Amino acid sequence: MNDMTSPDLVARELKIVGTRPLRPDGMDKVTGRAKFGADMHLPNMLIGRVLRSPHAHARIKSIDVSKAQALKGVKAVITSSALLDQPSEFIPAGEMMVNYRDITRNVMAREKVLYEGHAVAAVAAVSDAVAAQALSLIDVDYEVLPHVIDVEKAMQPDAPVLHDDMYTIGVEPTPTKSSNIAKRVEFGFGDLDAGFAKADVVVEREFTTKPVHQGYIEPHACLANVSEDGQAELWCTTQGQFIVRAFCAKLLGMEVSQLRVTASEIGGGFGGKTVVYLEPLALALSREACQPVKMVMSRTEVFQASGPTSGAKLWVKVGATKDGRITAADALLKYQAGAFQGSPVQPGAMCAFAPYELENVRVIGFDVVVNRPKVAAYRAPGGPIAEFAVESVIDEVALKIDMDPVDFRLKNAAKEGTRAPYGPKLGPIGLVQTLEAARAHAHYAAPLKANQGRGVASGFWFNIGGETCASLNVGEDGSVAMVVGTPDIGGSRASLSMMAAEELGIPLEHVRSIIGDTSSLGFNFLTGGSRVTFSSGMAVVQAARDVIEQMRDRAAKIWEVPVDDVEWVDGHARFTGAGDAKSLSLAELAATAGKTGGPIIGNAAINATGAGPSLATHLVDVEVDPETGAVTILRYTAIQDAGKAIHPSYVEGQMQGGAVQGIGWALNEEYIYDDNGRLQNPGFLDYRIPVCSDVPMIDTVIVEVPNPRHPYGVRGVGETPIVPPMGAIANAVSHATGVRFTDLPMSPPRVLDAIDSQ
Amino acid sequence: MASVVLSGSLQQLAGGDALVEIEARNVKQLLRMLSERYPALAPHLEQDSFAIAIDGEIFQDVWFAPIGPNSEVHLIPAIRGG
Repeated sequence: MNDMTSPDLVARELKIVGTRPLRPDGMDKVTGRAKFGADMHLPNMLIGRVLRSPHAHARIKSIDVSKAQALKGVKAVITSSALLDQPSEFIPAGEMMVNYRDITRNVMAREKVLYEGHAVAAVAAVSDAVAAQALSLIDVDYEVLPHVIDVEKAMQPDAPVLHDDMYTIGVEPTPTKSSNIAKRVEFGFGDLDAGFAKADVVVEREFTTKPVHQGYIEPHACLANVSEDGQAELWCTTQGQFIVRAFCAKLLGMEVSQLRVTASEIGGGFGGKTVVYLEPLALALSREACQPVKMVMSRTEVFQASGPTSGAKLWVKVGATKDGRITAADALLKYQAGAFQGSPVQPGAMCAFAPYELENVRVIGFDVVVNRPKVAAYRAPGGPIAEFAVESVIDEVALKIDMDPVDFRLKNAAKEGTRAPYGPKLGPIGLVQTLEAARAHAHYAAPLKANQGRGVASGFWFNIGGETCASLNVGEDGSVAMVVGTPDIGGSRASLSMMAAEELGIPLEHVRSIIGDTSSLGFNFLTGGSRVTFSSGMAVVQAARDVIEQMRDRAAKIWEVPVDDVEWVDGHARFTGAGDAKSLSLAELAATAGKTGGPIIGNAAINATGAGPSLATHLVDVEVDPETGAVTILRYTAIQDAGKAIHPSYVEGQMQGGAVQGIGWALNEEYIYDDNGRLQNPGFLDYRIPVCSDVPMIDTVIVEVPNPRHPYGVRGVGETPIVPPMGAIANAVSHATGVRFTDLPMSPPRVLDAIDSQ
Repeated sequence: MASVVLSGSLQQLAGGDALVEIEARNVKQLLRMLSERYPALAPHLEQDSFAIAIDGEIFQDVWFAPIGPNSEVHLIPAIRGG
C-alpha cells in the first residue's frame, strides 16, 4: 500500500510537469532504430509456425506429426502435450485471477478446437518455407461438431455446448445442466418499479454491437531462447513482461526465476497484448530444439486467433420526469466471451450508468461463451458497449422531454459523493466540468446543414493502480537512469521521466528512462487499466524522494551538520541552519558518492491505490449521404478530466486515439462469419479501421480536477476516450436521418436500409 | 462495527442480506469473517478477486488496508482494464 497523498505538491509551482517536451522515444521511432517484437534476431534462430483449426467447433480425434518431424530442416514439432495441463481453478497471477486450464487450452487446443484459427500444433524449422511445408504434413483427424457464434443463440437450452463442465455461476441454486452461460452478474439498488412509476417519459430499446479488434498495427511476435540447462530468455511485444513470465512459467512448469522476459517496443496494444498466444509455444519449441525460435503472427492469424472485444446484445430502459430528472434505469447486457469465459460484462455492467446520479438502478449481465476467439481486453473493457446503449437512450429521453442533451446530463450528472451504481460513493470527479466545457465550446453552437446531425455522449472509466516498482540510478555525473517495469504504450517514458526530473529538480534531459526486463525489478502489473502514469508515476516520485533523502544525508555528513538543517531545492542540497550558506548540486553529490557511502539508488516497490475515475464528454457532427448511407465525421471534440496532464500532448493523443478507434467501432468495424463459423474478413482490406483521410482533426479539451490520492493529481486517461464515441456518433446519425440507430456498425448498407425503410 | 453493503449477485449469495455489520480491522479479516458467515459467498470471494471500497476509496488486492469502526465497505469486482 502507498501513502503518497501530497496536496501541497499539486499547488506548487511546476517547472517540467505540464509542459510539452519532445518524446524520448521519438528519434528511435522515426529513424527505424526502435526494436519491435519481430525485430529481434539471434544466431541459429529457427522460425516457428502454428497449425490452426479450419473448424469452428470440432473434437480432435488424433494428430499425426510423424511426417512433419521427418521433414529435413524441421527441428521441433509440438502439440498440446508440450504444455502442462492445468486444473480448472482461478488462482493469482500477479494481480490477476486466471484460470490456467483455459489459458493452456486457448494457447493450444486439447480435447476440442473451439474456434476457427485455434492452435492445434506448432513447428520450428530452419526457414519459414520449411516450417510452412511441415504444417501441411501434420494430419489432424477432426469430428466436426455443431457450432454457435451468436450470443443469444448460445444462451438457448438446445445450443451446442462448448464446455461440458460449465455451470452458470452467480445464480442460486447452481444449475445442474451445463450451458454456455458462464456467469450472471447484477448491480444496483433502489426500487425500480417505484422509480418507473414516477416517470413521465420512459424509453426502452434493444441494441447490438459486433466484436471488434483492437487493431494494433504490430502483430504478435516473440523470440524465445531456452538453453540446455533450462535457463530461458524471451523477447516479445507485450503490455506486461511480468504477466508473460507468470503465464509462460506456469504453462511450461518453470520457476519464474528461470525465465527472463524483455518487452520490445510495442506497435499498439490497447489491451490485446495483456495475454499470451505465441510466447509459450516459442519457448516449448526452443526447449525441444535447443535453438532460438522466432514466431510472428500474420495479419490473418491476428484476426482469427487473438482476442477482439465482445459483441453484445443489450437492452436499456430509462425513465425521467418532464423536468429532466432520471427516476429509474435498468439494463440487461449479454456479452460474448469467445471460446472461454471472461467477457468484460462485469465492468460493462458497472460502467453502464456510472455517469449518472440515480436512486433506482439495476444492471444484469451475462458472460456467454461462443465459437469465436477468446476475447481480450480492449480499452475500457466492456464500458463502450454498455454506454453506447445507455447514452443512446439518454439522448432519446432528452429529446422526448424537449431538453438539451447536455443540460439533461448536467441535471443528472454523477459528482463527488454520488453513490455509483456498483455501490461505493465516488470521490472528486470531473464529469460536470466536461459537460460545462462542452456546452461552452464553439462546436456546440456551430450551425448544421441538411443531412447533418450533432451527437453528444459521456463516458466513465474506473482506472486502477496495482503492483509497481521503480528504480532511479544516479550516475557519477549526476544524470539519472530511471528503470520502470511497465511497457511504454502511450508515452509513459515521457511522463514518468518528467515527474522524476520535477521531483529531483534537474533538467529533463538528465533523466534516461528504461523499461526494465523481469530480472531488473520486482513484480510489476502490466500496462493497462490506464494505470501507468498514475502507478508508475507514484513509484517514480517515491523513488525520487528516496534519492533526495540520501542526498540530504550525504550533504549533512559532508558539512557535518544535522540532516534536518539540509533541504532539497531545485536540484541542490542547501544548508538552512545558522552560518554561511552552503549548497551542493546533485551532480556534485553524485561525483563524491563513492567517498560518502557508495552509489546512490532510489527505489520504490508499492501497490498503488487511490486511482481516480476519469470521465469524458464527446461532441460529434456527422453528415449522412442519403444516396449511399455513408457517414462522414465532420467535426469531433473530445473533452476529458485528466486530473493533471503531466504531458498534455500525450493526453491529447490518448483522447484523439480513443475517439478514432470509437469512430471505427461505430461506423465500419465488425467480424463477419460464414455459416460454418469461418471468419470472412481477416485483413485490413475487408476489416476497415479508420485511416487519416476518414477523420477530421480531433479537437481536445483537457479538464483538470486533481486526484487527491496522487502526488501530482494524476488520473489515468487512456481508456475513457473510447467510451463515449459510439453513443455520440449514433446520436448524431439519428439526428441527421430521423431514424434511431441501435445496431453497430452503422455501415453504409445498414444506414441506407434504415433510411429507405422510413 | 463497519457496515458492509452487499448488492446484486453478492446479496443473493448472502441469503438476501443487504447490510452486514462486521467488526474487522482490515480487509483480510473482513473477507474471512464474511466467508464464515456466508459459506455460499466464500468461493466467489476467493475466485473473483474482489476489490474493496472502504468509505468510497477502492482497494485492490490489499489485505491490510485498515477498516474503521464506522466505515462503509462495499465488495466490488476487481477492475483490470486494457
